[in-house]
Amino acid sequence: MNWIWFHKLASPPHAYGIAGRLAPWFGWPAGMLILAGLYGGLVLAPADYQQGDAFRIVYVHAPSAWLSMLVYATMAVAAAVGLVWRIKLAHAVAAAAAPIGATFTALALATGAIWGKPMWGTWWVWDARLTSELILLFLYAGVIALRASIDDRDRADRASAVLAIVGVVNLPIIHYSVYWWNTLHQPATLTKLGKPSMAGDMLWPLLAMLLGFTLYFGAVLLVRLRAEILRRERDAAWLRAELA
Amino acid sequence: MTPRRKRLLAVIAIVAGVGAATALAMFAFRDNLLYFYNPSQVLAGDAPSGRTFRIGGMVTQGSVQRTPGTLEVRFVVTDFRHSVPVRYEGLLPDLFREGQGVIAHGRLNGGGDFVADEVLAKHDENYMPPEVAESLHPPTPAQAAE
Repeated sequence: MNWIWFHKLASPPHAYGIAGRLAPWFGWPAGMLILAGLYGGLVLAPADYQQGDAFRIVYVHAPSAWLSMLVYATMAVAAAVGLVWRIKLAHAVAAAAAPIGATFTALALATGAIWGKPMWGTWWVWDARLTSELILLFLYAGVIALRASIDDRDRADRASAVLAIVGVVNLPIIHYSVYWWNTLHQPATLTKLGKPSMAGDMLWPLLAMLLGFTLYFGAVLLVRLRAEILRRERDAAWLRAELA
Repeated sequence: MTPRRKRLLAVIAIVAGVGAATALAMFAFRDNLLYFYNPSQVLAGDAPSGRTFRIGGMVTQGSVQRTPGTLEVRFVVTDFRHSVPVRYEGLLPDLFREGQGVIAHGRLNGGGDFVADEVLAKHDENYMPPEVAESLHPPTPAQAAE
């Protein structure tokens, strides 16, 4: 098998160019899907039979929660690739992903609290789902802080990669918390197998938002990766040639 | 063994080791990780006695009794096998109603009643417009006559 394309991709100049060309292909569809999803979810979808209009926060909450986990998985895989194959670009991907994931996690927790107050009667409870999602936020914060606290780039890459990989254990706990333990949080509405527990005219805006958020993550990751490459390669000859 | 394979094994060992440690810890603390007990567990004596805990289940249809002029309310929480009567005085969340999932925090008194100091509503994972909900659960004859 020919791996030249792969090694090319791992070289900063190529990755810098490819990321710049790819980003709009994620960004524009993301913007359109999110606009369509917001219109469908906030205007077209009917109110829920028992939650009323307050259910509409699901259109931000569920995609944020999904992204909080997808970004962590992306970051951990990139960190593992960087650790095992010594690919610096993979560490750059992990470094670029961490703040995005932390933002989505914070957004999921905040929208969940705003939802919880009128629906459950409380902003916060220490049930397994909410607590494990809060631990995810702390994991992101730990990865970001650890990277920032070590001056030597290679050591910072390796140390934060190990922490990111350790934290992967939390992902299945978050996902299965609502099945393994009695929690206040309800089980998943969308599952891979089986019919979604949501009416069709409420469902399609949610799917549009999920896909839109995911593509948005792709676009922001590519843009942040370019910035990360610029920071890491600031003394490189190719960059001087590129910017000249 | 090449250095690369060594590093790969190290990463796999980290994930497996941390995973096993976490699984053991969760197994050891499994009772403490339960956010609430259902009525069957309470009646079987699994719930802690003498201190507060949470009970969760459905509010039995027709069981809600309010004392006029006060915030006092009594209802029965069921998991469709066993039921526990609950007493509560205070504000209830908007979603609280008969047939709705609730979680109450409090303790058992000597008479087998659960005296709650907080009642939270537990909503489910189903979303549908009111018309669909009505067609799924047609109103009872008493409601239809109103």
